[in-house]
Amino acid sequence: MQNESRKQWLSSLATADENYLISLWDNLNMKIEYNWLREPEIGSVMVQGKVGATGDNFNVGEVTITRCSLNLDKKIQGHGYVQGRNKYKSKIAALCDALMQTEKKEIIKRNIIDKLVKYKNNKRNEILSKTEATKVDFFTLVRGEDK
Amino acid sequence: MYVSVKGGEKAINNAHSWLSELRRGDVNIAELNIKQISEQLTLSVDRVMSEGSLYDKDLSALAIKQSRGDLIEAIFLMRAYRTTLPRIGSSKPIETSKMLCLRRISATFKDIPGKQKLGPTFDYTHRLLDFKLLADGEYEKAKIEKYDDKEIPHVLSFLNKEGLIQREIPSGKTSKDITRNPIYFPLTRSERLQSLSRGDEGFLLGLAYSTQRGYARNHAFVGELRTGYVEIQFEIPELGIEINIADVMFTECESVNQFKGSKKIPAQFTRGYGLVFGQLERKAISMALVDRSMRWKEFGEEYLGVAAQDEEFVISHCDNIQATGFLEHIKLPHYVDFQAELDLVRKIREEYKKNEQRT
Repeated sequence: MQNESRKQWLSSLATADENYLISLWDNLNMKIEYNWLREPEIGSVMVQGKVGATGDNFNVGEVTITRCSLNLDKKIQGHGYVQGRNKYKSKIAALCDALMQTEKKEIIKRNIIDKLVKYKNNKRNEILSKTEATKVDFFTLVRGEDK
Repeated sequence: MYVSVKGGEKAINNAHSWLSELRRGDVNIAELNIKQISEQLTLSVDRVMSEGSLYDKDLSALAIKQSRGDLIEAIFLMRAYRTTLPRIGSSKPIETSKMLCLRRISATFKDIPGKQKLGPTFDYTHRLLDFKLLADGEYEKAKIEKYDDKEIPHVLSFLNKEGLIQREIPSGKTSKDITRNPIYFPLTRSERLQSLSRGDEGFLLGLAYSTQRGYARNHAFVGELRTGYVEIQFEIPELGIEINIADVMFTECESVNQFKGSKKIPAQFTRGYGLVFGQLERKAISMALVDRSMRWKEFGEEYLGVAAQDEEFVISHCDNIQATGFLEHIKLPHYVDFQAELDLVRKIREEYKKNEQRT
């Protein structure tokens, strides 16, 4: 279960709008002591598609990713794997990942993770409702000779 | 005798200064910023990401600005940057059936689960210049409606159920990355699709059009076209946990083509597949048509000797960076090569003259 919820918060952090995440973090004004295990580095992940949507894998292209790892103390490590090339975003993600494993969990959850989830849901709803408005309603016309 | 020379540094530096000045344009006009490009020239940005083979909007916008809007030059910049990135790993294969669709249409079935949704499209516009855009700031707001948040199944999965269409079943083979391994013909379909996905839109459009005009017997329907966001799943190596590491926009096209059947297979429909970064449906459709025409061998169809059936021809020439690299290099100094040719022609002419005097 721990893994399941960690998967959720790591996903929210990874795909967060970078400016929004940075503003949420900066507003908390937390001073956290940490050591780098791996300083932020920019790299890429190769995205795989499936032939005909269901067949063999194939490489579509890469997406930029930034990652870093740090520890708060010897026991608690945080990993910041995020979309894009923002090293600060990656560091914030790693710090949040680490803090989510401490007694500060609630503060991070309430002030960051929950808000990221809400932000993403709003974006999703916006797209779905705009897409829905472009749904085609077909209707048929009765032609004279058919009467 | 040609003696090698050095020089041109000053000319090159000054040429680049002028390029820089021209890129800026009239200084009385506000400078473009990267966000303006990534927000307002989105389809250029998408094309540069797709053919640059790297999904990063800001970088793509930067490349467009730096290249003065020359998209092939911008794609070149993206490709060059891409090669400097350490590869962290490979994603899990994406599930396009779970796409958050902005657009989803089928030209083969009218009533489909999930319905036809047009999304933000140029289709049905009148293609008249809109002079309102010359003025400032006017735009329409998108309308919204209540929706069901249900997964939108692929249209072709319905034909699958009846066995009317050829299925795409995984063979279990891992796909070779053509950017890391040299390619040898014949290619696997996976390798072909990777090449096509980063291939030049114009080239693929021309080839796809040629199949429609009869250069490969290949009448295609658009079974489905969808554009939207797909979650990229990636396993964090340190944790062994799979996370949604990125959200990426794709356009996917599944084409449906007739197939007469063979000794082994009864008549059924066959498929072509297109999948590209961004909202690039012209390219996704082109890719699907060209993918299908290259599958002639698989279905035991006749080879008509046309370009779109020739895998080696298509794949070797669809990459616009390879193409422009080779094409544009001939404008760089070839003084020595040409000197040799000049000497040769002079020699032949002298011999010709001698022979003429003798007779």
